[in-house]
Amino acid sequence: MAASSKGNEKVVYVGDSRIRKGTSPNIPADYSAFPGKSEAFIPNFLLKEWMVGVVVLVGLLVLTIAEPAPLGYPADPLNAAFIPMPDWYFLFLYQLLKYPYVSQDYLVLGTVGVPGIAFGALMLAPFLDTGKERRFYRRPIASSLMILSLIAIVYLTKVSWDFYTHELRLTNTIPEHKLREEKAREAAEKGQERPNPMKKEKPAALVDADDPATAILKKAQCITCHAADLQGQAGIPALAGVGDRLTKEEIAEIVTNGRNNMPSFKEQLSTAEIDQVATWLAKQKAVQ
Amino acid sequence: MIKSIYNWIDERLDITPMWRDVADHEVPEHVNPAHHFSAFVYCFGGLTFFITVIQILSGMFLTMYYVPDIINAYASVDYLQSKVAFGGIVRGMHHWGASLVIVMMFLHTLRVFFTGSYKAPREMNWVVGMLIFFIMLGLGFTGYLLPWDNKAYYATKVGIQIADSVPIAGPYIKQLMQGGDIVGAQTLTRFFAIHVFFLPGALLAMLAAHFIMIRKQGISGPL
Repeated sequence: MAASSKGNEKVVYVGDSRIRKGTSPNIPADYSAFPGKSEAFIPNFLLKEWMVGVVVLVGLLVLTIAEPAPLGYPADPLNAAFIPMPDWYFLFLYQLLKYPYVSQDYLVLGTVGVPGIAFGALMLAPFLDTGKERRFYRRPIASSLMILSLIAIVYLTKVSWDFYTHELRLTNTIPEHKLREEKAREAAEKGQERPNPMKKEKPAALVDADDPATAILKKAQCITCHAADLQGQAGIPALAGVGDRLTKEEIAEIVTNGRNNMPSFKEQLSTAEIDQVATWLAKQKAVQ
Repeated sequence: MIKSIYNWIDERLDITPMWRDVADHEVPEHVNPAHHFSAFVYCFGGLTFFITVIQILSGMFLTMYYVPDIINAYASVDYLQSKVAFGGIVRGMHHWGASLVIVMMFLHTLRVFFTGSYKAPREMNWVVGMLIFFIMLGLGFTGYLLPWDNKAYYATKVGIQIADSVPIAGPYIKQLMQGGDIVGAQTLTRFFAIHVFFLPGALLAMLAAHFIMIRKQGISGPL
C-alpha cells in the first residue's frame, strides 16, 4: 500500500500479527559481499561435504571391523581388584584430581575450582574476548590461554594413560575385554562353544581332600583369599578344578612368582612345598 | 503426480521458501575445501552432525536388543554383539562413533575459537555450542555404564564419587544419578533413561538452535 511507505505515524505489522515490523531486520551478509566463487548449499556444496563425510564413514567402518567394541566381564561390585578407568576423554579431569592442592583437603579446587574456571571461561569466551580482531595471532591472550590448556589436556591424558598401563604391568593384569576376546578365540580354535561369562560353572569337588598338601595351603594362608572350600570368592579364582585350566608347572610358576593380584610365595614356602602343592592342585580336575 | 502433490501442499502451506532458503544460500569460497584445501577445517561441524546422526541411528537399533536391567544388560549386549546379524558392527559404530564425535566436536570448537568466529554477533551460538559439548560429554558418561561390565561399573562408581565430593550440591547430584544407596539397578535404569531420552532430547533442541542461528547470521567472513 502506498500509505505504509510514506506515513511516519502509521505502524507497520508483520503479516496479520501484532508484531511491529522492525526497522533493521537482521539479514545476514550478502555473499556477493565476499570475494571469490561462492556456490549454492544444495546440491553443489553439500555433495562436496558428503564426499568428506564418506571418507570419515569408511574410516569409522574400518575401525569397527578391525577393532570390535570392547566388552569385559559382568559387573561384580565385590571385585576389589578391578582398576577403575573412565573413558579416554575424561582422563585429563581424572588425572587432575591426583595432584596435591586439587585433592584431599583441596578437593573442591579439583572438582569445582579448576574445571569450573576453565569451562566457565571457555563458555563465556565471547564476553571475555570482546575485541573486534578475529585472527588468532592478533589475540595473544586468548590464543595462548587456549594453547596452554590444550598442552595441559594432552599432558594430563598421557600421564593418566601411562600410569594405567604401568598399573596393569605391575599387577600383571590383562584388561578384561582382551582376556574375554582371547578366551573366545581359544574356544573357537578348539571348536568349543564360546564361553559364556553369565553362566556360573558348577563348583568342582576336591580330589584327595585329605592329602597332606592341604596343610601347606592352610599354612601359607592360601585359603584366606581362595576360600576355605577352595571355591574362590569375588574376583579370586577357585582352586577346586584348577587342574582343568593349568598344568602342574604353570601352577608352580604362579605360586612362586605370583600373578595379577596374587603375591609371590617363594619366601613363605620351600621349593619342595611348592612342588607338593602344585602336584596336588594339578590333580584337581572337575572331569576325571 | 509428485509435483501436483507438492503444489497442492505448497498452495496451502507455502513450504517452498522454507527449504529454498536452506538449499539456495550461498556458501562462500573461503569455507569451500574445493577451492582452498585448508578450508577443510570448516568441515568439522558438519562431520560432528553427520556422526551424531550415525549415533542416533545406531543407538535406535541397539535399543531393539538392549535390556536396561542389571541381570540382563550384560547378557543382552553380549548377545547383540556375538549372535545378532551385524550386531557387532552396529555396536562398534556406536562405541567408536562416541569417541569420534568428541574428537570432531573438539576440532570444530578449536576451529571456531582460533578463527575468532564466536565474536559479535555470534556469541549466543558459541554458548549453545558449549552446551552441546556438555550434553555430548553427558551422553558419553551415561552411555559408558550401559554394557554393565566391570569397566562400566567402576568408572561410574568413581564418577559419582567425584560428583559427591562437590560441596553442597554433591550429595544431591549423587542421589539424582544413583537413585539409591549404591550403584545398582536404579542407577542403570536412570542412566538408560538419561542416555536415551533426556539428553538426546536436549541435544536435538540445542542442535536446532545452533542451526537456526547459523542460518540467521550466516557463516563468519574470511579472516
